[in-house]
Amino acid sequence: MIDSTGNTVSTGLNVNSIRADFPILQRKIHGQNLVYLDNAATTQKPNQVIKSLTDYYEQTNANVHRGVHTLSIEATDGYELARSKVADFINAPRSEEIIWTRNTSESLNLVAATWAENNVVAGDNIVITAMEHHSNIVPWQQLAFKKGAELRYFAHNSDGIIDLEHAMTVIDERTKILSVTHMSNVLGTVNPISELAGRAHDVGAVIMVDAAQSVPHMPVDVQDLDADFLAFSAHKMLGPTGIGVLWGKVSLLEDMPPYMFGGDMILEVTYEDANWNDLPYKFEAGTPNIADAFGTGAAVDYLSRLGMKNVWRHEQDLTAYAMERILSLDTVKILGPKDPSMRGGVISFIHDSIHPHDLGTALDQQGIAIRTGHHCAMPLVRSYDVVAAARASFYIYNTKSEVDALVNGISETEGYFNR
Amino acid sequence: MTGGMSGLDQMDDLYEVIILDHYRSPRNTSAVENPDIDLEVNNPFCGDEVRIQMKIDRNIVSHVGITGRGCAISQASASLLAELVEGKSSDQVHGAVDSVRRLLKGENITDQEADTLGDIEALQGVRKFPVRIKCALLSWVGLDDALKDHIAGVKS
Ligand SMILES: Cc1ncc(COP(=O)(O)O)c(C=O)c1O
Repeated sequence: MIDSTGNTVSTGLNVNSIRADFPILQRKIHGQNLVYLDNAATTQKPNQVIKSLTDYYEQTNANVHRGVHTLSIEATDGYELARSKVADFINAPRSEEIIWTRNTSESLNLVAATWAENNVVAGDNIVITAMEHHSNIVPWQQLAFKKGAELRYFAHNSDGIIDLEHAMTVIDERTKILSVTHMSNVLGTVNPISELAGRAHDVGAVIMVDAAQSVPHMPVDVQDLDADFLAFSAHKMLGPTGIGVLWGKVSLLEDMPPYMFGGDMILEVTYEDANWNDLPYKFEAGTPNIADAFGTGAAVDYLSRLGMKNVWRHEQDLTAYAMERILSLDTVKILGPKDPSMRGGVISFIHDSIHPHDLGTALDQQGIAIRTGHHCAMPLVRSYDVVAAARASFYIYNTKSEVDALVNGISETEGYFNR
Repeated sequence: MTGGMSGLDQMDDLYEVIILDHYRSPRNTSAVENPDIDLEVNNPFCGDEVRIQMKIDRNIVSHVGITGRGCAISQASASLLAELVEGKSSDQVHGAVDSVRRLLKGENITDQEADTLGDIEALQGVRKFPVRIKCALLSWVGLDDALKDHIAGVKS
């Protein structure tokens, strides 16, 4: 579909009206229109989210859970409303299963330091994929060192599709926890979480899902996935930085020790001892990030209004188009699944003569923001025998003309370096 | 050459002709036999890797070989370094590394320093691209540290 301004409108999303909500998209970079293709790192924020933050500070600001005055009650209500919006968004059975953290990394660390700390013993194993973000490798590595446990990986093929058969054998009776990315931030691969969850549960293990790249982009239902824990960051889904989510099954969260100690997380303190508050407060020591919870609620509202099926379809469409256009250059190799329907809107690529860093600088000169480097997945990037890759990643406001700008930008850069 | 429309001509300061030349045809890339110094420096953040081998003869760098993979700036800078250090004393190398550090920080260097650096002055365009300074300095800092350690080791 082509709209009146000549922009391609993908089915389901009105990209022009979406773009009008994002003030930053008006920015010029080096005199060029900004083409923002670094959404896997963080997304831009719509007016609705920005306004929710200023509204909060202008109208509501107060501490939560500790006052009888109007502002404190309103702040508390808004903070808890945001929590229940997040619960609905991922179809969590109960709102108290949503724990606010700082980001995905903290959510993963929390589970490693509490559930796994209590449940993993020497000789056990922890299983992850070979395509994890450093945030979903290092906490488990450290725990394995400390406990004398084994950290196991299961393989994927050269297209970045995991080998389910291999996974089934790697997960065994000594597996205590399986922690898997739902969608790879480098390859774009979407992993079969419910199959893996089935196997984990058969051997009595739990499964944690790194949903940093899935919750922002596709419908995610924690009950359908049959997950036990799930982590994501608000800043990758239109929300503010500094706030993230850990979802966990109530039965597991209840048995876990606190992660941090302090105000709000206690029920009663004496000079000798303390006992813990109920869920989710047991895991939310100290004054929380109230304003950004409001912002996260606004982000969830925004995405819910668009419909996550439409978001996903838009990105699938753009990804298929982008892969075709990028591959038409003949000088570029794309990592990850060749079939666009097997992946999300993340395209990592390697140019046969221009190093990603030089490409990144040259594209920036043309207003195009991409990510270059190891993408916090060094072992994975190295497995492709390169030390760095370039990555374009899409979101709701990106258009096919921006994909064209990227492809032209790469050609221009080739022209520059081959002069 | 690309037109002004794309804005790429703004990069000419970064990718000086000399830089691109060293990037495309790096100097002193053959391996050094029985090197006294053999080190690999890398900048994992950007994905730049450089291997530096040197033969040291009474405080003089008698032979140097540098290879690597990475961006144009890191690789050209390593090649320029290789060209400079051969035949220089460790003190002269330290002096040159210091000049390059200051050049990239945007400080002034003396005419005499500029003479010593020669083509290397082309690196000063990197100043306008602060995130790339690390790439330019990677091999210089690595070599300087290794040389200092080597000399200290020989003395003790
Ligand atoms: C798959 C994946 N996991 C974890 C993270 C870490 O997210 P955060 O930096 O918000 O903690 C990211 C973000 O880069 C990611 O893409």
